[in-house]
Amino acid sequence: MTAAPARASRMATLGAVLPMPLFVLQPVLRRIARRITREHAEVFARLGPHTQTGFVIDPVDFPFALFLRPEPQAPDFRAVRRAHLPAHEARISGSFLTLLRLIDADVDGDALFFSRDLVISGNTEAVVSLRNALDDVEGSIAADVAEMFGPLGRIALRKLRQAAHASPPTEG
Amino acid sequence: MTVAELICPAGTPASLRTAVDAGADAVYCGFQNATNARNFPGLNFSPDELAASVRYAHEQGTKVLLALNTYPPDGKFDLWKEAADLGARLGIDAYIVADVGVAEYIRQNHPGIRLHLSVQAAASSPEAIRYYVREFAVKRVVLPRILTIPEIREIKSEIPCEIETFIFGNHGLMVEGRCSLTNYATGLSTNMDGVCSPAAEVHYVRDDQENLSTRLGEFTIDRFGAGEKAGYPTICKGRYTTAQRQGGYYAFEEPISLNLARLLPDLIDAGVNAFKIEGRQRSRAYVREVVSSFRYAVDQIRAGNKPDLADLVALTEGQKETQGAFRTKKWR
Repeated sequence: MTAAPARASRMATLGAVLPMPLFVLQPVLRRIARRITREHAEVFARLGPHTQTGFVIDPVDFPFALFLRPEPQAPDFRAVRRAHLPAHEARISGSFLTLLRLIDADVDGDALFFSRDLVISGNTEAVVSLRNALDDVEGSIAADVAEMFGPLGRIALRKLRQAAHASPPTEG
Repeated sequence: MTVAELICPAGTPASLRTAVDAGADAVYCGFQNATNARNFPGLNFSPDELAASVRYAHEQGTKVLLALNTYPPDGKFDLWKEAADLGARLGIDAYIVADVGVAEYIRQNHPGIRLHLSVQAAASSPEAIRYYVREFAVKRVVLPRILTIPEIREIKSEIPCEIETFIFGNHGLMVEGRCSLTNYATGLSTNMDGVCSPAAEVHYVRDDQENLSTRLGEFTIDRFGAGEKAGYPTICKGRYTTAQRQGGYYAFEEPISLNLARLLPDLIDAGVNAFKIEGRQRSRAYVREVVSSFRYAVDQIRAGNKPDLADLVALTEGQKETQGAFRTKKWR
């Protein structure tokens, strides 16, 4: 692993040891949800009834999880404490870099499931719908989010991609 | 040497464009209903999406094959007729069908569009294939994954149509089109509802030792130890107890994927006209990697070179691969 990916990898897991006030993150996450909603309206048609489903997306090496209820008019996307998860129907867990590669359209979700790098529980139909909906988004959601933060966002994504490729999910 | 077209899966418009860009000669896809055998949540094409996708594919010289490969239940045949008519209006290049009624409807109403016989028809003898050719003007048969290469060569010499074989992906060996295991467990039919192991009936349960149990309906069909590679939640890939063996046993088939990359020259030599990659339920990342790998391999073989084949094992079910019956009937 070269120095830059190693640094990014450490950053990705830094959250596991640092306490982080979630209120700092919430406006950013709301902004991301609004952006995705505005630019990728086609996602909601594929979700069908699961626009009303609550998903917990759990980067296991972070000190918090994410909650998503993908309602087209009022998407709810926020950071949550694992000890106080809101009511939800489905949960998707994996390392942050694994989840990043997934929304970066860089890795196959089924392959991550086969290798046990991705764990799903709860409503499987909701998870499959969300996976298929996000996979139909042209380009990369990760790149779209990075773009929101300008040059710094693009640099951060590049470093994280390098880190993800330097420590890929379990294979073989 | 046959042309050996590369027939690639597309579960969404983005996957279709990915397959086209990666070098597919043709993509196969379906509508968002029971008319195709991958009727999964969030998957497949609306009419508008298929119209735009056909345009995109044709601009790049890629054909679009419409899967209408399920069996209409009594009283619901109109759904298949409407899908066939819609496909014709949108300019698809061929239908993939299994049911004789659907085949006959297309033969009568859309005779200018090619008919391919789906693997779901399970036609594995020259007699069966010649029947479909004679009665419905079928131009190509997709062979079940139960034949050796010498058997494929022999069939080819006895039939007046093209042959397509699977080369990568799911290694489902139940008698396709006649498997009722999902129906038994869930009440939904793979063959009539288009869904094998419906996601709404699948539940994964992980215990505190990280063992993962897979349940379909009320049945536990497999249990993976911590770190053990997993497979799809299908009954034919489940592990069961039998009187003859100790412990759980893969009574039908293991979680494993077909990979015939190293047999491509033999398949071409046997007269196979088209290679099919399974996986409409898979992601763009899968489509990009698998299609580009096989595009390279086929092009190298056709140029008389021996391709350096990409390692695709990370994309395989259970992260294991097999050449199955294509190599020998005794693959297990």
